[in-house]
Amino acid sequence: MALLEALFLQSGYNAALVAIGAALLGFSAGSAGSFLFLRKRALVSDAVAHATLPGVALAFIVMVTLGGDGRNLFGLLLGSAVTAGLGLLAIEWISRRTRLSEDAAIGAVLGVFFGFGVVLLTVIQTMSSGRQAGLESFLLGSTAGMLFQDALVIAGGGLFSVLVIWLLKRPMTLVSFHADYAASLGYNVRQIDLAIMGLVMAATVVGLKIVGLILIVAMLIIPSVTARFWTNRSGRLVWIAGALGGVAGYLGAALSASVPDLPTGPIIVLVAAALFTLSLLFAPARGVFAAAIRHRRFQARVHRRQGLLALAAQHPIREGYTLRLLAREGLVRADGVPTLDGRAEAAKVVRDEERWTIARRIHQDIGLSGQYDGLTPIEEVFTPDEIAEFDRRLGAPEAV
Amino acid sequence: MGAEFVQFSLTPMLIGVLAAIACALPGNFLILRRQALIGDAISHVVLPGIVVAFLITGVVATLPMLVGAAGAALLAVVLIEGVRRLGGIEPGAAMGVVFTTMFAAGVLILEQSDTSSVHLDVEHALMGNLESLVWFRADGWGSLFDPVALASLPEELPRMALACALTIALTLIFWRWLKISTFDEAFARAMGIPVRAVGFGLVTVAAIAAVAAFDAVGSIIVISMFICPPAAARLMTNSLSHQVLWSVAFATLSAVAGFALAGYGPLWLGAVNAVSAAGMIATVSGVILALACVFGPHARRLGEAAANSN
Repeated sequence: MALLEALFLQSGYNAALVAIGAALLGFSAGSAGSFLFLRKRALVSDAVAHATLPGVALAFIVMVTLGGDGRNLFGLLLGSAVTAGLGLLAIEWISRRTRLSEDAAIGAVLGVFFGFGVVLLTVIQTMSSGRQAGLESFLLGSTAGMLFQDALVIAGGGLFSVLVIWLLKRPMTLVSFHADYAASLGYNVRQIDLAIMGLVMAATVVGLKIVGLILIVAMLIIPSVTARFWTNRSGRLVWIAGALGGVAGYLGAALSASVPDLPTGPIIVLVAAALFTLSLLFAPARGVFAAAIRHRRFQARVHRRQGLLALAAQHPIREGYTLRLLAREGLVRADGVPTLDGRAEAAKVVRDEERWTIARRIHQDIGLSGQYDGLTPIEEVFTPDEIAEFDRRLGAPEAV
Repeated sequence: MGAEFVQFSLTPMLIGVLAAIACALPGNFLILRRQALIGDAISHVVLPGIVVAFLITGVVATLPMLVGAAGAALLAVVLIEGVRRLGGIEPGAAMGVVFTTMFAAGVLILEQSDTSSVHLDVEHALMGNLESLVWFRADGWGSLFDPVALASLPEELPRMALACALTIALTLIFWRWLKISTFDEAFARAMGIPVRAVGFGLVTVAAIAAVAAFDAVGSIIVISMFICPPAAARLMTNSLSHQVLWSVAFATLSAVAGFALAGYGPLWLGAVNAVSAAGMIATVSGVILALACVFGPHARRLGEAAANSN
């Protein structure tokens, strides 16, 4: 009941605010992350997220030094964007200028920026003694006491990234798939890469408040990986990833509002992970079960054909699976002796085999005869006229 | 450098150095194999492992926590491989899916269960408590020969020393196999080296180092020590054995200088309190890497260096 209330935004002002904010965040993070995923640079987002910490701390220090309220969300997010950007540039610089690979650069930036952020956090703890800065909440996010103003910042950031994606979708998709080709078309790959990173940064910064900097990576990576199971088209991938992220954000926020002591960030991530697991298992084309079923069918076709060939050659079938398969179709009796139907099928298989032999002699081009894999029925490849021609050359069929 | 140093700084510094070396050694091979981020993934999943171990045993004891963390690291490696193969997903994204999910699960269990009474929280997991590993019974350098004082050494010290000795020993024993399979996998396979086992063993050793170090110093040091010292060392030399030695030197330097800066740096600047030693060690290692990127004799790729000198 509490969950239903939360789902329909009836659990109070703050919960509704958080749910809407989380859905927007999920959408923008999911769609922005899909470009990273297509570019095979998913983990760059991890470094970007960790690199926000020193920025948050520095912004706090600066704002307090200037005599303001150190906890102004906009100021903190601005600071985090600055160091996240620096982190990105550092990764770019290291992997371009030195011989270190990009993953080493990612790891180095991640550890060092985060470490420096922790140093600054300890400085803050001693600096404004008595005043809990509460910056630790940016590590794992905290939605308790979210202000309307915070929600506006999040909504604004979310809308901005959706707009940018909509405008730059084509060049960004092109660069993600084939950077060299994009360059040959005259696109500036480096700038487009930076735009993708800018989007990721925006999603990260906006997500700090709700899921925190350690888990925002999940919102950038998991939805696009999940979406990949449902489509092969990049245009759809971006929006499916956005929708999945939005659903995870909304459901997660509703769940955490309806049960006491459920932290919002981890719940959102776990909802996204559940969607991922469901897709991994049950997606129609790329899912594990679909693949298993495909494999079973393939296996059955191979066994059926081998069994029928054996019948035609009057060899006994000893393999249990083949026997069961043929018996189920009524092609053999329980003792392995072929029925009339079975003999007819066997004759057909042998006949088709001979037709294929002729076909490959006539059609030397791979296009048609290359489709011979022993399993595709010849009727699917050649027209009745052509098959009649093969039959003419073969002579009358033999009975089994 | 008297009694106070031995009591408050010697042991944490030593533990920091040992942890840094234990992580940097496998890190050398991980960055050459482009698996640098395995260290990142492992240090994230250590949290759920420790939390589950605590829930099962109900005590904050070393052994169950180590077992839990190692189990979680192993599970993560298996899951990453599974997601990668079953879903046909590139390794980086598979890693991102698995470790963030496990970390989120760890945080959730932590918040749901009643762990407030014990010293187990996310921040501790991230930042460690290097500063608190002091040697109370020591009253000067003489204590190093005093069995009573030695018995009260923080238990993290011998454990970390053991982990460090283990990684050194394994690196030396499997040096040839590691070297060949890292640089030329096909050749290694042709020579009959069990390439897959070597790769898995490397990740396991990395996990052991990460888990042992994590408990003492937190995951920030673990992540940065896996990558920064070996990466900086890679820019100093073309020889693998020299690279490993450089990485050990850089790791030691980062730990000592980082700890000293964290403890004494703020005092020099007129502040009263020390800052996080773990964070400072990571920061120093980053500075070393940055310097190596600019001044390292072998910083650039081979072709580029030649092209630019023309």
